[in-house]
Amino acid sequence: MADRVPPNPLRAAECPALEVRGLSLRYKDVQALEAVTATVPAGSMTAIIGPNGAGKSTLLKSVLGLVQAEGEVRAFGGPVAQAMARIAYVPQRAAVDWAFPVRVIDVVLMGCYRQTGLLGRIDAQVMAQAQSALARVGLQDFARRQIGALSGGQQQRVFLARALAQGADLFLLDEPFAGVDAATESAIIGVLKSLRASGATILAVHHDLTTVASYFDRVLLLNRRSIAEGPVAQTFTRAALEKAYGPALFPDPAIRSAS
Amino acid sequence: MIWQALLLQAGYNAALVSLGAACLGAAAGAAGAFLTLRRRALMSDAMAHATLPGIGLGFLVMVALGGDGRFLPGLMLGAALTAALGLWAVQRLSRQIHEDAATGAVLASFYGAGIVLLTLIQGLGTGRPAGLETVLLGSTAGMLRADALVIGFGGLAVVAALWVLRRPLTLVAFDPLHAAMMGINPRRMDSLLMALVLAVVLVGLNVTGLILIVALLVTPAVTARMWSGTVSGTASLSALIGAVCGYLGAAISAGVPDLPTGPVIVLLAAAAFMLTLLVRGRRDG
Repeated sequence: MADRVPPNPLRAAECPALEVRGLSLRYKDVQALEAVTATVPAGSMTAIIGPNGAGKSTLLKSVLGLVQAEGEVRAFGGPVAQAMARIAYVPQRAAVDWAFPVRVIDVVLMGCYRQTGLLGRIDAQVMAQAQSALARVGLQDFARRQIGALSGGQQQRVFLARALAQGADLFLLDEPFAGVDAATESAIIGVLKSLRASGATILAVHHDLTTVASYFDRVLLLNRRSIAEGPVAQTFTRAALEKAYGPALFPDPAIRSAS
Repeated sequence: MIWQALLLQAGYNAALVSLGAACLGAAAGAAGAFLTLRRRALMSDAMAHATLPGIGLGFLVMVALGGDGRFLPGLMLGAALTAALGLWAVQRLSRQIHEDAATGAVLASFYGAGIVLLTLIQGLGTGRPAGLETVLLGSTAGMLRADALVIGFGGLAVVAALWVLRRPLTLVAFDPLHAAMMGINPRRMDSLLMALVLAVVLVGLNVTGLILIVALLVTPAVTARMWSGTVSGTASLSALIGAVCGYLGAAISAGVPDLPTGPVIVLLAAAAFMLTLLVRGRRDG
């Protein structure tokens, strides 16, 4: 399944979607990130992989300025703060209060806040945008359900729909496939691949090493520092994985089938 | 007497006080809905108890300036200052100890300081301190018309502000990180919500009193949550429950001599909650 899409010619001349230079972060006495450097080309689909505690989620949050880190981050050639409207973030499922009184459609509409603002009406156009985002993840019939009444996989898809409704072209996802069923996994990967085909850029924290090669075209290996980055074929190697995760963790067949 | 009060026939002043209490109840219900969804309910209790030393200080300053010390906006200003100080203390202490412990410590210390101050004031023999202790449990008996107007319009202003801010408040309560990405500053929203809750506490000083205002903030909110699946539905229903409890509580208290208003309002809200538990208790989420 080596369906790597060639870079969209319209985007090829553009600056990278994301550039990280020397990003460092300390939590009290733990060095969470140390001089991380990475480049995410526009129109690519990149997996961030690395062991637990490697700072993968922290990297996404500090790129977005949601936690304060030192270093330089540029999105589409400018400061991230100026590109925020073009960036969507899908959090880890565990980070959400599922007992919150909110319907599926309300969550998706939250992605349209920049359009509706403080007092703007949710008009037919905004509503249609939210509905079509919901349809794209296959949940059009669930619009009026409570978010807490959905399965884990469906909840994850609602959050992807919220990102779609935002109309972004850089998507940052924190473990989108963690704890979801197979149907959801294939629905999400289908949506992400169609986003890439339309020129969007995807950067996702990913755990399942066996699916890296079939889902993504680039990898960023992280263990507090950036270990390696580049196209899957050159970068997703046993040597690099051992450098990130420590030796002797990987029986050869797993890597073989993945590459 | 009670029936006359309930039907707004106990005189113009009593009617005005009941309507003012209804506006306060609506404000407390609506603010409480956002407060509980943001999981900051206990913060309001610390804030309310921290108003007491400010009331004592406000009284002393006004007496020193030649007044009788009972001008309500003056007492409110003092209350607001020490409540804000208490809130700051909770946030500062939370860096070293857990927030619930910090809340408990601040609540008790400020309340203790307030009681000491009020006791000293009673012994001073200056100003007109008799009845100052009604801020503890609330009393609508003998409330001035001006006070009732402050309470009514204060409550309505809080409701209006919450209506304007409902979307950003909802986004921050549900997912603060996503809210930040949508251009909302979550810390500023939290501060605004706390300021609105403080306004409810101040406006409610003479109605529910500072000890029980937390019940009027929390009980209607959790009751409404069991009936509604949306934030706007929860907040609106919570405001309605708060308004009805405030109205009935003020009217009943006005009709029964020496019955403080706060406990009556709180018991009514608790009754609505118990009834809801019986009817809707089996439903989760």
